Amino acid sequence: MLGFLKNPVVVTAEINVNLVALTVMGLISRLWGLSYPRAVVFDEVYYGQFVSLYMKRIFFVDDSGPPFGHMLLALGGYLGGFDGNFLWNRIGAEYSMNVPVWSLRLLPALAGALCIPLAYQILVELQFSHCAALGGALLILLENSLITQSRFMLLESILIFFILLAVLSYLKFYNLQRHSSFSASWWVWLLLTGVACSCAVGVKYMGLFTYMLLLAIAGLHFWHMLGNQNLSNVGGGWLFCSYPCLGDLSLKTCSVSLLCHFLARGLALIIIPVAMYLSFFYVHLTLLYRSGPHDQIMTSAFQASLEGGLARITQGQPLEVAYGSQITLRNVLGKPMQCWLHSHTNTYPIRYENGRGSSHQQQVTCYPFKDVNNWWIVKDPGMQQLVVSNPPRPVRHGHIVQLVHGITTRYLNTHDVAAPLSPHSQEVSCYIDYNVSMPAQNLWRVEIVNRETDTDVWKTILSEVRFVHVNTSAVLKLSGASLPEWGYRQLEVVGEKLSKGYHQSMVWNVEEHRYGKSQEQKEREVELHSPTQMDISKNLSFMAKFTELQWKILTLKNEDTEHKYSSSALDWITMDTNIAYWLHPTSGAQIHLLGNVLTWASANVAAVIYVCLSLWYLVRRRRKIYDIPEDAWQLWVSAGEICVGGWAVNYLPFFLMEKTLFLYHYLPALTFQILLIPIVLQHLSDYLCRSLLSKTMFRALIVAWFSSVYLVYCTFSPVTYGEPSLSVAELKDLRWKDSWNILIRKQ
Amino acid sequence: LPPAVPGWRVGGPRGTGTWNELSHVDCLRCSRLCFVFIFSSWDETHFGKMGSYYINRTFFFDVHPPLGKMLIGLAGYLSGYDGTFPFQKPGDRYEQHNYMGMRGFCAFLGSCLVPFAYLTVLELSKSLPAALLTACILIFDTGCITLSQYILLDPILMFFLMGAVLSMVKCNACADRPFSASWWFWLSLTGVNLAGAMGVKFVGLFVVLLVGLNTIYDLWDLLGNLSLSLVMFGKHLLARVLCLILLPLALYTAVFAVHFTVLNKSGPGDGFFSSAFQSQLIGNNLHNVSIPEHLAYGSVITMKNLRMAGGYLHSHWHLYPEGVGARQQQVTAYLHKDLNNLWIIKKPDSDADPSSPVEFVRHGDIIRLEHKETSRNLHSHQHEAPLTRKHFQVTGYGINGTGDSNDFWRIEVVGRKPGKLIKVLRSQVRLTHVATGCILGSSGKTLPKWGWEQVEVTCTPYLKDTPNSLWNFEDHINPKLPNISLDVLKPSFAEILLESHMVMIRGNSGLKPKDNEVTSKPWHWPINYQGLRFSGVNETDYRVYLLGNPVVWWLNLFTIGLYLLTAISTAVALKRGVQLSSELKELSRVVLRGGGQIALGWLLHYLPFFMMGRVLYFHHYFPAMLFSSMLTGITWDTLLKFFAGFLSPSTAARRVYGGGILALVLLIMYSFYLFHPLSYGMIGPMASDPSSPMAGLRWMDSWEF
Repeated sequence: MLGFLKNPVVVTAEINVNLVALTVMGLISRLWGLSYPRAVVFDEVYYGQFVSLYMKRIFFVDDSGPPFGHMLLALGGYLGGFDGNFLWNRIGAEYSMNVPVWSLRLLPALAGALCIPLAYQILVELQFSHCAALGGALLILLENSLITQSRFMLLESILIFFILLAVLSYLKFYNLQRHSSFSASWWVWLLLTGVACSCAVGVKYMGLFTYMLLLAIAGLHFWHMLGNQNLSNVGGGWLFCSYPCLGDLSLKTCSVSLLCHFLARGLALIIIPVAMYLSFFYVHLTLLYRSGPHDQIMTSAFQASLEGGLARITQGQPLEVAYGSQITLRNVLGKPMQCWLHSHTNTYPIRYENGRGSSHQQQVTCYPFKDVNNWWIVKDPGMQQLVVSNPPRPVRHGHIVQLVHGITTRYLNTHDVAAPLSPHSQEVSCYIDYNVSMPAQNLWRVEIVNRETDTDVWKTILSEVRFVHVNTSAVLKLSGASLPEWGYRQLEVVGEKLSKGYHQSMVWNVEEHRYGKSQEQKEREVELHSPTQMDISKNLSFMAKFTELQWKILTLKNEDTEHKYSSSALDWITMDTNIAYWLHPTSGAQIHLLGNVLTWASANVAAVIYVCLSLWYLVRRRRKIYDIPEDAWQLWVSAGEICVGGWAVNYLPFFLMEKTLFLYHYLPALTFQILLIPIVLQHLSDYLCRSLLSKTMFRALIVAWFSSVYLVYCTFSPVTYGEPSLSVAELKDLRWKDSWNILIRKQ
Repeated sequence: LPPAVPGWRVGGPRGTGTWNELSHVDCLRCSRLCFVFIFSSWDETHFGKMGSYYINRTFFFDVHPPLGKMLIGLAGYLSGYDGTFPFQKPGDRYEQHNYMGMRGFCAFLGSCLVPFAYLTVLELSKSLPAALLTACILIFDTGCITLSQYILLDPILMFFLMGAVLSMVKCNACADRPFSASWWFWLSLTGVNLAGAMGVKFVGLFVVLLVGLNTIYDLWDLLGNLSLSLVMFGKHLLARVLCLILLPLALYTAVFAVHFTVLNKSGPGDGFFSSAFQSQLIGNNLHNVSIPEHLAYGSVITMKNLRMAGGYLHSHWHLYPEGVGARQQQVTAYLHKDLNNLWIIKKPDSDADPSSPVEFVRHGDIIRLEHKETSRNLHSHQHEAPLTRKHFQVTGYGINGTGDSNDFWRIEVVGRKPGKLIKVLRSQVRLTHVATGCILGSSGKTLPKWGWEQVEVTCTPYLKDTPNSLWNFEDHINPKLPNISLDVLKPSFAEILLESHMVMIRGNSGLKPKDNEVTSKPWHWPINYQGLRFSGVNETDYRVYLLGNPVVWWLNLFTIGLYLLTAISTAVALKRGVQLSSELKELSRVVLRGGGQIALGWLLHYLPFFMMGRVLYFHHYFPAMLFSSMLTGITWDTLLKFFAGFLSPSTAARRVYGGGILALVLLIMYSFYLFHPLSYGMIGPMASDPSSPMAGLRWMDSWEF
């Protein structure tokens, strides 16, 4: 038992000086002068507002991605003691003293710096020489675009960090697979792969591409394992091998079954990432509990769960809608804006501008503001009274009701008259009897869309309801068009005859609700004007909130905005575009997202060489001609899977996307492409330079090329770091391509 | 391991009995046309009209390539249709017009799908029951029937598509005797069918992909065969390049050549095409006109925007309303030819002296454009444009040609050197506003009523060359210059081909769903979530509803999952080195190779729709549904054989196997009996009414019959 006491405790430490040196250089390059410029730089204006909202615990929805990245940025603000008081309204605005610029920018910069040792390790794990690995890491170090992107409050460097971490962990795991599966370190790297993947996806949805790539590679490797006849199908030493510390037992009994392998991978690469992803949202929703500017895109139920805002109004409302209830009805779609079913004393014009006639009855619209005219009373068609009986008689799915407008006491009606702006649908009005043989048609059937049984009660906030007109089976719908002057630009409400399936514009929910008490119209008006006040609270479960928020993030579409610096995916390969991030208010100092031209070009060449060589080898191997040894071929293939695969999955999908694209979207793909350069170079020198002379020549060439990469880095470093300020002539010299937009001040 | 069921192989695979049976079914399908369908329905208005255009030789524009409509037109022509039916809206009566030829042609091609699928499955599985099951599914699917009854492109597309798959499979079967006559026949037939599929709709590209992948797999296999010399391999490669690339390309181009030759009269599609293209069409105002070639100062011109349906630069005596930028005269883009489209090119400083010699406008010159009718200058300034807020407003400014420095524009030709002359019609011109540096362009958005619903014109500060910001000069009047005939500018066939493709592709991606419009989503399709109304809405109408036979479709959907499971377990078993009897080896080959090809076809014809931004319809799924039906035949046949194989006496095994297939066939036939009114038409109350013939059959709320 106490055998370990017999020998002295010895600590041996191995320090890879390469790694340490790379890390230090990375930190210097990314952290140097981090709080300069002390002004809002480019997309900081966008992410900054979310950091502020986190600090103030105010709920928001950002359609650009999941919340983990925002949370990390906010963590920086939290550590720096930021109080969230800054108006993020303009790029270039000077930061006030309460903004801890350094700590806000620290996390992205650290992530950017750590990418360098990660790149080194990845190349080592791909079984390439330390020299090649060092070269690859240095290329990342000297890549201007990566430096610029890491030094501000932006998410790409964090994304790239997690992507590289996921790749590295998978490679470590795979290399351990051969001799020590199910050892402690095997588990650590496997789990870390899953964790890093989910972090990458949590920062930006782009991370999904790398995650899919790793899943595919893991699937492929497992497929190869299936062919290994030494492994049993089911059962085996799962337990033994989970605890390799038991000693020399492990090596012998490690014929763990395929099923165990499969389950371990499933756990680490699918279940854990999903759980992590959910946890990001859990933290997000826990942190942000106050209502704020984005409330109105969420459903009433969600809004009611936030502190302040709607919750303050709806707190204590009765849950079940009964005959005699006074309600406001909100359209569930929330597009083009949230609005409530509304009516007012004005009537539809007898003739519209295009000559069509109307019923000249009272207008029914959808109104985007809270108003006393938004109140409606649910009435039983068989009874006259407009108050809630005691006990209240709840309205259920399938019941037929009349809706009475609270202030004008007119009945919601629809008939076979074309609606003002959507002539294919029926006009909806509040009925006025003109004695023109147009009878009232004011019966509506309540259909609860999200019911669980067919006898469900209509609930405040929670129930989503369709109103089906009994006579014409038209459905009450928000058409989305806004009425002309005579309708005060309010939104048009119509009766849709051909109700094609489910659409949110036809669904309504009760938002404010109280039991009506006053029989007299005068008293009722007073009652309608008074705020609602009663006592029940509604809480949504986490999963319900998560589903809703996730759905909104995925479906919310900002208006397609053209941006001065937007570019197309094709421009990125050749870097025909740049982005101006910041310009000094007086001098010519400026910061651009601009890559190291030489590195980009070399990376493209490396990719082309890799693909051509691989095709050549493949065809020759098919004819049983082997140019390189089998193990070198395997290395070549696995390096390609990661680097070319990583480049392709992070780049090609952009051709299918319709959103506004920027150069920085290319950076993850570029990182993989840069890693390919040392791989191709080493392969060329190992297998294609046969004679000693050619090898020496090749090395000399590499040294020359490397020093030019360094020179280019130095040339562009003024626009990478924003210092020193350059003169007009120097700036003009920097404009190597006509398509670059370098800002030159007019004298 | 279970013994195999004996006797499932088809002795003489092309048994005459089967042919008789199938041809009988074809008769059935064609004969139902004699039901009195006297109404035009749904898209028939669209494609029928285009058939008429061919007969009348009128030029039109459509987002699909021309072959399908040409064939419809041909069928109509041969059957005596005179092209005079207006095809205005669905439900119009055909009256005395002879439409049966066109419908009959489509129905005939639709009927061919059944034997094609039958032969394909027979070849892949070598099992008669599997082929019969597939044929039965396609015969008794209400969706396939409805879709092939009318004048639509889909039956034609599916005909070529299945033809390509069949000939590909047949060609693969001839692999043991390459370069034989039948091998050449099937290979070139594949190419012909590919051209046909591409020529009908761009969706045909998916079957091209399928054949392409199959060919690559094939070639890779041949390359690995070391007994084959490289010369032989080269021959194989060349044969495929010839039959599968060059032959289809030639045919496809020929289709377009015929299209442009036949349609030589001006028609409704002119505006979508460039000025040079329009000059080809008889009746167009650009046809056979002669105008001065180079632009000169003092010329009266019209400018056409280069975006599709871009319109002419236009202005009129109306001001921008209060609150929309500066209250100056409106400048818009207008699609029709009008006197208000005329502008005069002037020098910035002075009016040209009428007696001075003609001076040509050169690339890089600063000019001023004066509106001929109102004598105001084209003007821009830093007010936001009416709809595109990030752009600048463009107005007409000044009195009698006297304005300010905001009226100056630099004229540049794309891809030319400074100092060159500017050609009418040919040159693509960019107008840069000198004071603000923005570019004149048309945003393509329609102005509200105050702008007479013309198209917005803006000055964009984003300096990119898009067709939106490029213009060409179309009319050109200058009495001092000699006129030249426009025939000199006649575009070559290659240019026409390229342009028509660009227009089609842009038109296709321009079919965006409108806001709040309920559209069909790809995930709706395999579950038969919602059909399409072909004709009739109300109780008294004669209603036809495009909806798959739900039993068939749900069986297909279930089978896809089943196939996935079967294929994975088979592949894993093989990879794990399980010893299989020769019968089982044959079964696993059918599942993996044959089923794999079909499953790939299904994926290729279904998944891409998830990435499409355009409006999608239910009928887009039918090509994929064909593959899914074939997969159903193969999978059930294989699984039944496999499980029947466990039974010990071979007679019992045979009985179980036969019984299983029979049960499926009967199930499908019975469901067809239930749902056949969907495609053959129903009159009377809706399904929600208990007295309706369809009562109780509305299994999903989303079905509308």
